[in-house]
Amino acid sequence: MAEKLIHLIITRQDSPDSTPYKEEFRIPYRPGMNVISALMEIQRNPVNAQGQKTAPVNWESNCLEEVCGACSMVINGRPRQACSALVDKLEQPIRLEPMSTFPVQRDLSIDRSRMFDALKRVKAWVPIDGTHDLGPGPRMPEVERQWAYELSKCMTCGVCLEACPNVNSKAEFIGPFAISQVRLFNQHPTGMMNKHERLEALMEDGGIGDCGNSQNCVQACPKGIPLTTSIAHMNKETVKHAVKKFFFS
Amino acid sequence: MAKGHSFLSHKLHSLLGLFPIGLFLLFHLTANYQATHGAEAFNQTVGLIEKVPLLLIVEFVFIYIPILFHAIYGLYIAFQAKQNVGNFSYFRNQMFLWQRLTGVITLIFIVWHVWSTRIPKAMGVTVNFDMMADILSSPAMIVFYTIGIISTVFHFSNGIWSFLVHWGITVGPRSQRIATYFTMVVFVVVTFIGLRAMSAFIL
Repeated sequence: MAEKLIHLIITRQDSPDSTPYKEEFRIPYRPGMNVISALMEIQRNPVNAQGQKTAPVNWESNCLEEVCGACSMVINGRPRQACSALVDKLEQPIRLEPMSTFPVQRDLSIDRSRMFDALKRVKAWVPIDGTHDLGPGPRMPEVERQWAYELSKCMTCGVCLEACPNVNSKAEFIGPFAISQVRLFNQHPTGMMNKHERLEALMEDGGIGDCGNSQNCVQACPKGIPLTTSIAHMNKETVKHAVKKFFFS
Repeated sequence: MAKGHSFLSHKLHSLLGLFPIGLFLLFHLTANYQATHGAEAFNQTVGLIEKVPLLLIVEFVFIYIPILFHAIYGLYIAFQAKQNVGNFSYFRNQMFLWQRLTGVITLIFIVWHVWSTRIPKAMGVTVNFDMMADILSSPAMIVFYTIGIISTVFHFSNGIWSFLVHWGITVGPRSQRIATYFTMVVFVVVTFIGLRAMSAFIL
């Protein structure tokens, strides 16, 4: 019986500044394979479809259960995690590309620093309240905890930025995920105490104003986070904040 | 990490699209609709508008300056986006693209429209039924005006949807979906008014 093969077309790039090119691979099929195990197969035997020896494809991955966000790449035109992309459910040839909204480091690995910079800009954390014990913080109502938990599933994977038409080299938009994180931390009973700082950060250039409501983010998010609801909610909050600031202080 | 005015500019852009530009559009098309009652009714409406006190100032403050800002900032917004309906063909992303396309088409239409009606008026030509009938006597102009009206009304209707989101009025998916239906109805009704009014000038 002839061996079943998987056909992959990978967009490769040797260094951050070099020109991308495509390389094809045919690798042996095993049941239950995902894109990561296909890439591991290439790593084990780095020979392309023409039978020439080549440099193994570079990629990033970590948790392998779609919670870390490291293995995000564009698979058959859609940005998603390679670990949860099962070969059996993908149309062949499987086309792998890096998420080129981000600076490509090499092959499929990208530099997502801009996302962490965005989280720093909007202060997406709860600051410590002091070096001494202030006792337990205020409690959070259960109904709010439930939807806040959904927002907390964000893994900074970058898929929403890749899908967003307003995130590109011509614009400075921080991206949908950061706006949703502001909603999360502004709802937290202790985080709420610094909510004005986060709202002000959202109102700077590249902030919430740059969202053009294409709503691709909510469709693309692998964790099903209601990003567009978060954005519209923060639209309301920033408008309220701006009006208050203009009239009352 | 510039402070900048982009938040304010975006909100102003969204607000001006409805007030006063959207209101003006509705008023304009309603006034045109009088032509369906005959040339006399239309000329009377035009005469009535020309009696508005300080008309030139009203025109500048409520029409020209807002449209100019909306158009220039709108072009900046439109060309900053990297369209991707090829990979993401979702309904809202299509609307996102069409909002920007119709914005550009509408701008071209308005420039031509002002050039052929308001500028001659400033030069002393009288605006009346015959002026429009003359413009619309050419089939090419009928096509151009039809595209212009549909594009303008689409941009206005879909703009209402965006306005509601930009100002945090429709937040959840349900209210946003209902707003989509509502703006679709607005599009159909206002397009009808606009095209019916235009047809009254075609003899």
